Amino acid sequence: MNWVGRRLPRTEDPPLLRGEGRYVPDIALGARAVRFLRSPVASGRIVSLRAPAGLPPGALFVTAADMPEARGIRPALRRFEYRAVEQPILPRERVHFMGQPIALIAAESAELAEDLLEQVELEIEAEDPVVGLEAALAPGAPAVHALAPNNVIVEGAIRPDGFADAMAGAVHVVEFAFRSRRQNATPLEGRGGVAEYDRATGRLRLAASCQMPHMLRSGICEVLGLPEADLQVVAPDVGGGFGQKMSLFPEYPALVWLARRYRGRFAWIEDRYENLIASAHSRDQKHILRAGFNAQGQMVALEADILADIGAFSCYPTTCAVEPLMALAEYPGPYKIPSYSVRARGVLTHSCPAAPYRGVSRPVITFGIERLMDRAAAAIGLDPVEIRRRNLHDVFPAKSPTGFTLDEGSYIEALDEAARHLDIPAFREAQAEARRGGRLLGLGLAVFNERTGYGTPAFAARSMEIVPGYEVVDIAMTPTGEVEARIGASPHGQGLRTTLAQIIADRLGIDPLAVRIIHGDTDRTPYGWGTFASRSLVVGGGACQIAADRLAAKLRRGAARLLQCGEEEVVLRDGLAVTGAGASIPLREVARIVHQRSELLADEVGFNLAESGSYDPPGTFSNACHGCIVEVERETGAVRILRYLVVEDAGRIINPMIADGQVRGGVAQGIANALLEEIHYAPDGNCLSATLADYIPPTCAEIPEIEIHHLETISSATLTGAKGLGEGGTIGAPAALCNAISDALAPFGVDIAEFPATPPRILALIRGRRAVWEAA
Amino acid sequence: MKPAAFDYFAPRNLDEAVALLAKHGEDGRVLAGGQSLVPTMAFRMARPAVLVDINRIEGLGHLSAQEGQLRIGALARHAHFESAVTPGPLGALLARVVRHIAHPPIRMRGTFCGSLAHADPASEWCATTLALGGTLVLRSAGADTREVAARDWFQGVFTTAIRPGEMLVEVRLPVLGPEWSCGFAEFSRRAGDFALAMAVCALRLDRGLIREASIALGGLGGRPVLALEAAATLLGQVPSAEAASAAAEAAAAHCDPHSDVHAPAEYRRDLVRAMARRALAQAGVA
Ligand SMILES: Cc1cc2nc3c(=O)[nH]c(=O)nc-3n(C[C@H](O)[C@H](O)[C@H](O)COP(=O)(O)OP(=O)(O)OC[C@H]3O[C@@H](n4cnc5c(N)ncnc54)[C@H](O)[C@@H]3O)c2cc1C
Repeated sequence: MNWVGRRLPRTEDPPLLRGEGRYVPDIALGARAVRFLRSPVASGRIVSLRAPAGLPPGALFVTAADMPEARGIRPALRRFEYRAVEQPILPRERVHFMGQPIALIAAESAELAEDLLEQVELEIEAEDPVVGLEAALAPGAPAVHALAPNNVIVEGAIRPDGFADAMAGAVHVVEFAFRSRRQNATPLEGRGGVAEYDRATGRLRLAASCQMPHMLRSGICEVLGLPEADLQVVAPDVGGGFGQKMSLFPEYPALVWLARRYRGRFAWIEDRYENLIASAHSRDQKHILRAGFNAQGQMVALEADILADIGAFSCYPTTCAVEPLMALAEYPGPYKIPSYSVRARGVLTHSCPAAPYRGVSRPVITFGIERLMDRAAAAIGLDPVEIRRRNLHDVFPAKSPTGFTLDEGSYIEALDEAARHLDIPAFREAQAEARRGGRLLGLGLAVFNERTGYGTPAFAARSMEIVPGYEVVDIAMTPTGEVEARIGASPHGQGLRTTLAQIIADRLGIDPLAVRIIHGDTDRTPYGWGTFASRSLVVGGGACQIAADRLAAKLRRGAARLLQCGEEEVVLRDGLAVTGAGASIPLREVARIVHQRSELLADEVGFNLAESGSYDPPGTFSNACHGCIVEVERETGAVRILRYLVVEDAGRIINPMIADGQVRGGVAQGIANALLEEIHYAPDGNCLSATLADYIPPTCAEIPEIEIHHLETISSATLTGAKGLGEGGTIGAPAALCNAISDALAPFGVDIAEFPATPPRILALIRGRRAVWEAA
Repeated sequence: MKPAAFDYFAPRNLDEAVALLAKHGEDGRVLAGGQSLVPTMAFRMARPAVLVDINRIEGLGHLSAQEGQLRIGALARHAHFESAVTPGPLGALLARVVRHIAHPPIRMRGTFCGSLAHADPASEWCATTLALGGTLVLRSAGADTREVAARDWFQGVFTTAIRPGEMLVEVRLPVLGPEWSCGFAEFSRRAGDFALAMAVCALRLDRGLIREASIALGGLGGRPVLALEAAATLLGQVPSAEAASAAAEAAAAHCDPHSDVHAPAEYRRDLVRAMARRALAQAGVA
């Protein structure tokens, strides 16, 4: 029986659907409530900070002065041009963004803590803030941090020889400058944690809504100077993360510090206001592209200048370089680009720090290159499908201009498949017909590849001080025959408990329900990197496969002995070890004997059925083509998505239902990015998008049916044949939608160069313009 | 996002309720559906010391047409309007409008009168009551009821002609005969959001000509407004696309929209033109 490839219902779901999930707030009952005093201004000097008069007994007021031993958060990059700006847990002197925690109150209830917060005596001398990329880079701009006098915190460039000649040889030169606006990942559950001190053992325990429990432990211990063995970090049920819950935020060390100092139990449950203004933002970028094409429409040179507003501090552990330098490294994407010249800068401003969000910079670079392709197609007189076909990689493995090896993919096939499903010739007729009636229809495509499941070498190349990548899985069969797999990855909604069980079940010939995946607890799992970068199934799944194969070998050895045959004759299936001759023994019987009758098997198997597997792959590129059809309402600029389809190639699909869910959820967030969500700052640095009435994620009414077609290119780059697909949905949608909107607006001679493409922006493009048919 | 402390009362009758409001004056607030008040309390933008919960008072949920008036009691919920509450153009208009207010769970609790008391600039019921020339009926302790015409009710963002100690007990809307036709259109970013702009119109036709016309606009900031110039352009006209365009242009030209994170004023003006045209088209002016 093959479990891989089946639409197995998620074993995670029944308790969640019954309301029996256990999230941080469920665990926090009875703990003292912590609320943070947050900076009301974007930039300023703390003149005085005093506890509320009459702090009731049991309530605590804590400032930086109370925790002199705590260090700041110091993400590091081993690159000379990176400025190692440090973020204090609580600031002593200055505040750097509206919402930055300044002090905290712990009290009986959150209500009381909020009452007390209002009574804190805080005097801040506000200073002129640096708001937005343009202001930060303007000559004479004040420095957000003295360490980075020109507000550039990180800079990278690649200037290959011969670039100028390559560009000079181009027949067509196409330019595209655009703006991507700031987003918040908006997980349904915000951040939050409960920290407690165990008087019996002297240990601390933090349950946190996080993606990387081991990393969080390392980070907190570094800041507070604790031995890691004294802190247990647990990620219970986590209500979405999308990258936002990767980073070490000041609130967590503060909680652990409190629990340790006061030997108690303290909980901070973030509210939506805090999450919107002070968790992590992303994708606030501006790019300028210039591309040269030859007469056949093949790109011969690409030049990119990338700016990313990374906010007031660098995130830990990835550092704020993650956005600008990913854009730098991955811009060429699925295309053959012989000469690529680029500069990327991360820019400090007085705003909420940026951190990875599903796709990181890829939605932005895919928007850039895919809008550029459409512009080039129009300029050269090629069809959008044709120009892409002429530029996509079609021989694998291929080398990218920045040195990546692109493993086997289906770049052209995915494009052709999408084009076929969309029936572009029929659409063009419908579009022409609609235009005659004054209606604006448009079709958009986005082709991209997505670097997933990459291990240590890839991260080491980023010069990060902390290099993630590998995964270790400890697997064991219990005396009653179930398999426990302890993983370092840390799912928070992706269904890994189901998919990893499917992989293990196939290797051991058992039912997936007999496999228990243990995760999210530093006391019970091997050191690992949690969940990010579309890695868990590829890397964790590969480690599961290796560990399970080792366990299978042990089981076969034991069974062979018990069945008195050669090891190679034993096959594991249906929970049995079976010989070619038809003899069999239940695996649970083998397990019982190993543990409880070890005199029979100790020589062959030893005293347990425990094995370990680790996996550290080079990385693999999944690929996809998104296609959509939209209608733009001329009077209002509203966009209606009439059709949305995804042709995705993520190699071997372990569980198509879960894969589809990943794609759909990703596309929904991509639609949000393309059309709806935007964090606004006022010129004084006040965050204006502080409620869900102002920051507007889509509801189900805004998300259309999403058609999904899978291609399965089995790549040699991964052990299971699976590639990552966690982020792809998010990556393709802004490009596909904005290409479709641009196609709809083509008769007006305008296109989209800023997203989200909101109705006011769209109307501003066409206000006062006539369509070609009206001009004629 | 936790409210400040408050005292809570749940009176069983109206006299008790207004007595409590009289006693607590500026500190007291009516709690109706709670769909606006509770979120603003959570943000501590509202911090009433005393809440007077009117949900247990008998006889406030009425919704009946009498003597040419639809009487809407203080506990008539939005959801009650989803099927026509009265035959003819009025019930149809209200049923059309209500679908744009928030989402079903909110409509189950939020009240018509609560919307008028709250006076959000983008409240559909506020613009509708203004367009139809409704009347608001207020009670206070030991006094007769006081009536206020809709055009005198709205004073600014979240501010109305209500006085401390008063409770809004009923809103009355004129029942419209078959000679009336109405329309409503709004634009919001997502289904159920507060609108960036909306238009409501009511027109009386007599022998093919528009004899009375009222257009109200909402969502522009401040308070809902009557588009008097636009309505005036329609009087004496035969319903036509040209008449609708002229009125829509006038509505756009004379309105004074605000800018916020969702849209600049210029865009709202475009929307007023579009929504006025759509509302008029629904009312048969196309
Ligand atoms: C997510 C969301 C979306 C929404 N979208 C919309 C929308 O699109 N359009 C829209 O119009 N509304 C919308 N609302 C608001 C909703 O319609 C509210 O129900 C309505 O504004 C207030 O009615 P309520 O009964 O809930 O009043 P409450 O919240 O109880 O009270 C609101 C205010 O009015 C006062 N008040 C209430 N009743 C009386 C009374 N009888 N006498 C005196 N004062 C009184 C209260 O003291 C309070 O100040 C939305 C709300 C939410 C949460």
